[in-house]
Amino acid sequence: MSELSVDHLLGIKYLQKRDIDLIFETADHFKEVINRPIKKVPSLRDVTIANLFFENSTRTKLSFELAEKRLSADVINFSASQSSVKKGETLIDTVNNILSMKVDMVVMRHPNPGAGVFLSQHVNASIINAGDGAHEHPTQALLDSYSIRERLGEVAGKKVVIVGDILYSRVALSNIFALQLQGAEVKVCGPKTLIPKYIHTLGVGVETNLRKALEWCDVANMLRVQNERMDISYFPTTREYAQQFQLNKTLLDSLNKEIVVMHPGPINRGVEITSDVADSGQAIILNQVENGVAVRMAVIYLLASKIKQ
Amino acid sequence: MSQKVLLTAKEINIILHRLACQLIENHLDFKDTVLIGIQPRGVRVAERLKKILEEEYHIESIRLGYLDITFFRDDFRRGDKTLEANKTRIDFLVEGKKVVFVDDVLYTGRSIRAALTAIQSFGRPAEIELLTLIDRRFSRHLPIQPDYRGRQVDAINEEKVEVTWKEQDGEDTVFLVNK
Repeated sequence: MSELSVDHLLGIKYLQKRDIDLIFETADHFKEVINRPIKKVPSLRDVTIANLFFENSTRTKLSFELAEKRLSADVINFSASQSSVKKGETLIDTVNNILSMKVDMVVMRHPNPGAGVFLSQHVNASIINAGDGAHEHPTQALLDSYSIRERLGEVAGKKVVIVGDILYSRVALSNIFALQLQGAEVKVCGPKTLIPKYIHTLGVGVETNLRKALEWCDVANMLRVQNERMDISYFPTTREYAQQFQLNKTLLDSLNKEIVVMHPGPINRGVEITSDVADSGQAIILNQVENGVAVRMAVIYLLASKIKQ
Repeated sequence: MSQKVLLTAKEINIILHRLACQLIENHLDFKDTVLIGIQPRGVRVAERLKKILEEEYHIESIRLGYLDITFFRDDFRRGDKTLEANKTRIDFLVEGKKVVFVDDVLYTGRSIRAALTAIQSFGRPAEIELLTLIDRRFSRHLPIQPDYRGRQVDAINEEKVEVTWKEQDGEDTVFLVNK
C-alpha cells in the first residue's frame, strides 16, 4: 500500500482495487483540505502540469485546474482550437514541445480513443487521461464511485444502473470497470441502438425498460445523450427518447425504495432527467462536482509523488 | 538491533504531570488556549495531557485538535515512498488563540516547520508554543526549540527514539533503538 501500481492514469482498466482504495483514502484528506478556510497545500510547488484539451470541456478542465492549483502546482493550459494543431503539427510534436519547457505531468483530453496510451509510450511525462473519445474517462468514474461510497458507505455489493447513451460514453465504460473492480453489480439501460453489441462480455446486464432497471438498482447514473458524437439517428426524436428513458419525479416516487441519482453533467434538463429530480435530495450531482476536485487532487498527488527529481 | 529503555511508564506519568503543571502556569484556565496534537504520534501525548488537565486539575473542556502535516512537508518526491496522510480534525478557529503544538519527539524540527505553515490554513494564532515529550538535542536542522520539554536525550543519528503507548502498543515506554 501507499503507492499507486501505475505511473499514469490512462484508464480504470489498468488499475487494481488497492489503487482505488488508496486514491479514495487520499481524497478523504483532500476533501477536508478544500473545506478549510484556506484551501491550499504546498505539496506540488515544484511540479508543473500542462492541461492539454484537444476537445471542449468546461467542468473537467476547471476541476483539474482547481485541483492542481490547490496543490500549488504551476499550471499551463492549452486548447486545440487556438494552437498549432490547426497548422498540422502531430500530437507527439505538440506534447514534446510543451515538455521541452520542463513540464512534469500532462492532463489530456483527446477525441481519439487510446490517445493517452499512445502518448505515454512516446513521451517522458506522467499522463492523466481526462477523456479519450468513447474510450475512458477515469477520473469521472473515480469521483462517481467516491460519491457512491460517501452516500451509501461502500461500493461493494451495490447495484448500479447506467442509463442512456452507452455506445458513445467513456463515462459508462470507465464506470463499469471501476464499479466491477470494487465489487458492485452493473446494468446498462437505454435504447437498443445505443447499447454496444458485445457489452455482455464485460459481465454487464442489459435492461431496456427503465422502470425495471430502477426497481433493481440502488444507484442510477443518468448519462447525457451526446448528439454531437452521433453521425446517424439512433432514436426517432428526443421527445420519444424522453418518454422511454427520462427519469422524472413521478417515476422516482413510484419506486418502492429510495435510490441515489447521479449525473456526470452537463445536464440536458427535460431530456434524460427532469429538473425536479435533478434538484431533489436524492440527486448527488453537485456532490459529484465537489468530490471531483478532491479525487483529482488525490490522483495528481499520488502520481506526482512517483515522479523522481 | 538493540534497544534501551529511556523512560518507564511511571517516569512518563510523572513527566506528563509536570508538563501539565507548566502549561497551567502559563495558561491558567485555558480560556484562549488550544492544544494541537501533531499527527500521527503527537496526538497521544496531547490526549493524555488533556485527560490530566481535566480530571486531575479540573480545568474544564480543553480544546484539542489534530493537525496532519503531510501535505506541508518539505520532502515530497525526495524519498522512495509516497507520503501517507493522517486525519486533520480542528473543530474550532485558531484565530487569535494561543496554540500549543504537542508532539512526542522533537528531532530535526522539520515537522514543526511544516506544522507552523499548516496551522495558518485555520487562521492566525495569537502565539504558538511547542511542547515535546522527548527533545533530541544536537540534531536540529532548523532554529526550532521547545517551550515545554519532557526529557532531553542525546542520541546519534543511527539511533531512533521510539515512544509506545498503552492504548495502541500495550505499554507506555520510551526506547532508544540502535539499528
